Amino acid sequence: MAVSVPRVPLPTRLRVAWLLGAVAFLVAAVALGVAVGPVKLAPGEVFRSLIGLLPGVDGPDGLTDTQTTILYQIRLPRVVLGGLVGAMLAGAGAAYQGVFRNPLADPYLLGVAAGAGLGATLAIIGRAAGLTAEAVPVAAFAGALAAVGLTYLLGRTVGDRTATTLILAGVAVASFFTAAQTFVQQRNADTFREVYAWILGRLGTTGWSEVGTVAPYVVVSGAVLLAHRRMLDVLAVGDEEAATLGVRVGRVRWWVVAAATLGTAAAVAVSGLIGFVGIVVPHTVRLVAGSSYRVVLPLSFLLGAGFLVLADLAARTVLAPSELPIGVITAFFGAPFFVLVLRTSREEI
Amino acid sequence: MRRKLTLTLALAVVLAACGGGAEPPASTVPPETSTTSVSTTTTTAPTTTTTVDDGFPVTVAAANGDVTVEERPVAVVSLSPTATEMLFAIGAGDQVVAVDDQSNYPEEAPTTDLSGFTPNVEAIAAFEPDLVVVSFDPGDLVSSLEALGIPVLLQPAAVSLDDVYAQIEQLGAATGNLAEAAALVAEMQSEIDRIVASVPDRDEPLTYYHELDPTFYSVTSSTFIGQVYSLLGLESIADPADTDGFGYPQLSVEYILDQDPDLIFLADTKCCGQSPETVAERPGWSELTAVRSGAVIPLDDDIASRWGPRIVEFLGVVAEAVATLEPVG
Repeated sequence: MAVSVPRVPLPTRLRVAWLLGAVAFLVAAVALGVAVGPVKLAPGEVFRSLIGLLPGVDGPDGLTDTQTTILYQIRLPRVVLGGLVGAMLAGAGAAYQGVFRNPLADPYLLGVAAGAGLGATLAIIGRAAGLTAEAVPVAAFAGALAAVGLTYLLGRTVGDRTATTLILAGVAVASFFTAAQTFVQQRNADTFREVYAWILGRLGTTGWSEVGTVAPYVVVSGAVLLAHRRMLDVLAVGDEEAATLGVRVGRVRWWVVAAATLGTAAAVAVSGLIGFVGIVVPHTVRLVAGSSYRVVLPLSFLLGAGFLVLADLAARTVLAPSELPIGVITAFFGAPFFVLVLRTSREEI
Repeated sequence: MRRKLTLTLALAVVLAACGGGAEPPASTVPPETSTTSVSTTTTTAPTTTTTVDDGFPVTVAAANGDVTVEERPVAVVSLSPTATEMLFAIGAGDQVVAVDDQSNYPEEAPTTDLSGFTPNVEAIAAFEPDLVVVSFDPGDLVSSLEALGIPVLLQPAAVSLDDVYAQIEQLGAATGNLAEAAALVAEMQSEIDRIVASVPDRDEPLTYYHELDPTFYSVTSSTFIGQVYSLLGLESIADPADTDGFGYPQLSVEYILDQDPDLIFLADTKCCGQSPETVAERPGWSELTAVRSGAVIPLDDDIASRWGPRIVEFLGVVAEAVATLEPVG
């Protein structure tokens, strides 16, 4: 299971050019995401309206009241949320791959998705018993943490306490939670549509409140993960080797997993299950820019944000004014793109 | 892809899995007088019985082909909430022994934990039914029951009011309540005509947004419920969004705000706790014409998603909402 992800990483530093490129990509994605949508807003007027927010700049824009509402209450928060969720999923994916030395690791590896799914399903069904819509993200978050907590407990008490044991415990816990979720859902067939909509992932109904909910987790989690980027490079040589180099492997793993899980749980709670971002973005970074976590982590955050903003743009516009589940977009466009990167790259994964 | 398929299937099931209750049966005409003026897909087979001529055996043309019922059924199982409402509305309620877990109307319906979505043939057979009505066949339900010698009527979600009338008459024929069924159909038709006539014509059609759930799934004018709205001259804002012709597109919220529909109908009050108040609190929605003019109308999810006799009630609610809007200017 513990396939060597990177060879011993080259002493790669994060080159300024890469960083600037990633920032430029994110800015372009956000600009596009704000300018384009199912309702046509003149990009020039949008730009003028946004500039008008700056202190000292005053000028009328040509947007109607409805258009202003659409821009600030619907489109902008959705773009920002897409960026936060994308950054979190890609960053957490990179961190999981590093800490488990497994290229297939994604943020849902230890049961986050299954736990959140069970929590969300219970909350959606609980509506009939008086729960409000606000309970869904809370329940999803709690379910995600419960599943990963259980995985961690199992992984520590069973077997040899290696990364592989933890992954296998995650597989067992995820299967169990998925079974429970399916059972509960089957017993309440009338909530199918809502449960499935949640499972497929969606940024659609969000306003600024979701942004406020998820942002603190993304910031804290991102800071912890970035602080461990060098440790992840050392871990790449193997647990025992890292230990001989003075790294407290168990502790590093705990911190990284805890931070990545907390951030992922928050992201999943507001957006549902959006697949593939945590795999395709970090690997693309590795193939293009190098496999040191000093490069992979920061670039994954930036590119993940841009990628999901673009994916959501497609989800909003491809069938406009109808919507597509964003999970369909991330896989449909992400997979071929990833194959392209794999084919054209000479790097090994 | 599989997920998309699953979603589509789930949608179809959810849309099909809800049904309603009834106008009171208005007739005491004996079942044998089975001539009706309404067009019907049912046929009464000639009988050679020497004793009481109760019309049986009958052959009914349902969605699963011609179904022959040998004797007047006394143990009907309904796995369709809509069929349950229809059966009770045509006076066949005392012939019904079990209905599925979603059949919540009328109250006296013998609800069991049978599932219409994941039906179990053994559990159904345990009620020893002499007629089973379903709206959905997950694969082999109809054939399995027929193999046990149990006649099954498959009555899928109606796509038009004529389907509704035909299904009511099928149930009437199959349960020996054809006259009551015909009377119910006639009453529904005249009531619908009356409601439609009570709504004045407009030069500009009113637009509406019918909300199936808080993720903005809606209906187009081509769906069954959409056709009912069309009777009153209403136009769905979801029509341009239905690129694949499925009838139940998921709208983007930007689009809803931009369209600014005259009326908003909430068919997610029971499932999802939505109300005019929660709609007004959504970001950006408070500016909508319908929200400001109080034209956000909560519906009974069940009535709005079934195609039973209570569709007349639904039409009445919609007509009332239209009437309270500004008069034609």
